[in-house]
Amino acid sequence: MKRNTRAAAGRGVGILYCTLIYLFLFLPITVVVSNSFNASTSKPYLTWKGFTLAWYGRIFENGPLLESFGNTILLAVISTLLATVVGTLAAVGMYRYKFRGKSAIDALLYIPVVIPEIVLGISLLTLFANVRIQRGMISLILAHTTFSIPYVIFNVRARLDGYDSSIEEASMDLGAGRLQTFLHITLPVLAPGIGGGALLAFTLSLDDVIVSYFTNGQTMTFPLKVWASIKSGVAPDVNALSTLILLGTIALVVLTQSGIVKKKRG
Amino acid sequence: MTRRTFRGKVLPAGLTIGPVTLWLVFFVAVPLLYALVMSVCSIDGSYNIVYRFTAENYRRLLDASYMQIYGQSIFIAFLTTIICIVLAYPFSFLIARAAGRKKALLYMLVIIPFWTNSLIRIYGWKTFLGTGGWLNEALLALHVINAPVDFLFTRAATVLGMVYCLFPFMVLPLYTSIEKLDGTLLEASADLGATRAATFARVVLPLTAGGIFSGSIMVFIPCLGYFFVSNILGGGNSDVIGNLIERQFGKGNNWPLGAALSIVLIAITLLLVKLYQRCGGDMESFGA
Amino acid sequence: MEREKVIVELKNVNKVYGGSNHVVRDLNLEVYEGEFLTLLGSSGCGKTTTLRMIAGFEEPTGGTITVEGESVSEKEPFERDVNTVFQSYALFPHMTVFDNVAYGLRMKKTAKGEIKERVMHMLELVQLGGFERRYPSQLSGGQKQRVAIARALINRPKVLLLDEPLGALDLKLRKQMQMELKRLQRKLNITFIYVTHDQEEALTMSDRIAIMNEGVLEQVGTPTEIYEAPATRFVATFIGETNLFEGCVKETSAHHVSVVVESGELRCRAQGFEKGEMVAISVRPERMKYSAEPVEGYSVRARVKETVYVGSVLKAIVVLPNGNEIKIERLAGQKLPPDGEVYIYWDNGDGKLLHLMDQVFYRTIESVKLA
Repeated sequence: MKRNTRAAAGRGVGILYCTLIYLFLFLPITVVVSNSFNASTSKPYLTWKGFTLAWYGRIFENGPLLESFGNTILLAVISTLLATVVGTLAAVGMYRYKFRGKSAIDALLYIPVVIPEIVLGISLLTLFANVRIQRGMISLILAHTTFSIPYVIFNVRARLDGYDSSIEEASMDLGAGRLQTFLHITLPVLAPGIGGGALLAFTLSLDDVIVSYFTNGQTMTFPLKVWASIKSGVAPDVNALSTLILLGTIALVVLTQSGIVKKKRG
Repeated sequence: MTRRTFRGKVLPAGLTIGPVTLWLVFFVAVPLLYALVMSVCSIDGSYNIVYRFTAENYRRLLDASYMQIYGQSIFIAFLTTIICIVLAYPFSFLIARAAGRKKALLYMLVIIPFWTNSLIRIYGWKTFLGTGGWLNEALLALHVINAPVDFLFTRAATVLGMVYCLFPFMVLPLYTSIEKLDGTLLEASADLGATRAATFARVVLPLTAGGIFSGSIMVFIPCLGYFFVSNILGGGNSDVIGNLIERQFGKGNNWPLGAALSIVLIAITLLLVKLYQRCGGDMESFGA
Repeated sequence: MEREKVIVELKNVNKVYGGSNHVVRDLNLEVYEGEFLTLLGSSGCGKTTTLRMIAGFEEPTGGTITVEGESVSEKEPFERDVNTVFQSYALFPHMTVFDNVAYGLRMKKTAKGEIKERVMHMLELVQLGGFERRYPSQLSGGQKQRVAIARALINRPKVLLLDEPLGALDLKLRKQMQMELKRLQRKLNITFIYVTHDQEEALTMSDRIAIMNEGVLEQVGTPTEIYEAPATRFVATFIGETNLFEGCVKETSAHHVSVVVESGELRCRAQGFEKGEMVAISVRPERMKYSAEPVEGYSVRARVKETVYVGSVLKAIVVLPNGNEIKIERLAGQKLPPDGEVYIYWDNGDGKLLHLMDQVFYRTIESVKLA
């Protein structure tokens, strides 16, 4: 009896604790989302002046904001694609082959992950300045792909841990050529890992401030736009767009996750 | 020869390893070397880089004003790491031990906030903490305070922002290590007469120490570089090393000095990672 | 007996990994059409590597492999008319049983209707009718095994390679599958090359057994030949229980060879041995005899140490003067030697005389010389 009440009390404390942590995690988002409905029209847009949806409409009148958003999406899509292709091939190769310099590649792989982003940002900046790569969309794509590749590799590698490479041999044994084997066997079986890696790369790119800050040239991305407007107070249409991005990301993840879960049954 | 190793395999080694090798060499190794070279160069009167060896930048790094910021930066990072461990450990324990479907949901709820732009979220905190913000309004309404208090532009505000930004990086490895923990070990320990506290100290803590280590690395190191957090919430009163670097590549326009500062950050990172590996840490856990 | 048609032939096949790890040495082997041949040996003896070279997953470092007289050394796995059943089953986890079995046919661009018919027929054959919509993760070990076999047989290969296919199954299921595989092989009349480390499995299933040790083919023969007439010391000790007496040939005659061992003299029927040669005699425990009086040509005395009853078999352990222990086996109801001292002997034909300077021994000398 006594043990039961103590366990119940413990559980109560646990639930309370978790709730407080989640409150902490969601608090600033609540601020952002509620401010996107704030009718206040004067800087710094803080006092609550009533509910409005007007800011959501204003997004579409704000040319530079829309452009930065477009850039962000384009950048995220292209760098994710590149990182996914390079990373998936690399993970498969590093799983299947032993070669000299493998540990060096492994070490290089961890550098973008462990060094502070600012170091990657400034060293890429010095590279782009020295080899005269135009700073803009191209340099952004190269930079984002660089920090995304390791995450794709780690994700695919995790999937390869339980991967029985004899299924590839079985496929070839049954008459499938290399390309067919890759398309029918390797890719589908690794798909959850590749998808997870790509999703991570996409969200990393979408959110990146620091590396973009040093490598963007004149090209504005959405996070950089936010950065530029923070001093004077972020306009509610930016809050509105942030809210939309959050909803979009949740939708994307829920869709892909449920897709992955379904595939996994196979 | 290549044909021989290729036999029975789907993709040739060159096609798989080639692109990543080129990419990492060109966009990771070479840029870092560039930064290293630049750190021993200087600038002339019109901010052009002079490629002649000098140790001047490194000498300047020893200035008292810089030393003070390293100290402050390391202090902030240390405090952030400790707070993250203390907050995240019981939290990770609770969610990792939750039942199946609920567990996945609780875990997702940790990640979701991080799909909003980090600047926007930090700005959210600024709005919340500022003089006209929700916190002040609430405290005023409750008569806890009589006049608005500015919580911003303090070291505490910076630490709060850092904890907020880096919290999931502590939860992830802790969650993984706690989830891996075999429940029967706890039962065995209790069965052998250990109290809950003893079980925790002698079984749970040693087995999840790896998670604490890798979480600490993933919190501590970025904390040294997150210049935007101290910029927005600390308002120049609690700069980290990242702010110093950013300034040299921005207003200061002294790239060689900024590069030297970055080399210092790399040195700290390498030191900590070596320490981590010495303690038996697994690099793989950074990829989670 | 008419000489059977050779379907797979390995000539001087060698496989070296990393320049020094010699896993298969000068392997010569002919596999006849329609036979069930087992490659038997302990782990690391090169049997799986040999199988993988036939399948095309590994390339021989030297030598040639021919299938139906045609060299396949240059052919990729997907160009060869042999199929493999993998130790881990290697079922495609993202495909149903039907799609797994149909895979080979789809790769050959077989017509849809024919695929359906052949897959269903094959599934019936391995007694998996009704399972075609399941995924591998929803099958038991034995069922997965059947799918792997069905998948490998669907293209009607000339040769089926099986790499320890029953290794992951429990004993009862393994016995059952042994029978089923044998039945299938008879019914389809396909050549099976079967790799295992389980000697009992090899003895019960095979038409012929090829025994490998440290990359060398020690002996090829029918189960009876392997058991009754081991060619090397390794084969004698690897298959079943045996007693070994090492010694030196004293004299040879048309009827027998006399061997001097540490504790006396023994003999057996053999040819091709020279006086003074180092040899070993292998005698199965159930062929050992004993007597209170010395028998002609046999002068080794032994002391009975203990007798054990193991269900249907009685075992006695006798000790030679030099301390070596010798096993004697009798069926229940037969007599074991009484306590005390006896002379051991056997029918001349039951002692198998073996050259001691076998290949393993030569290699040891070689490596000592090199060192």
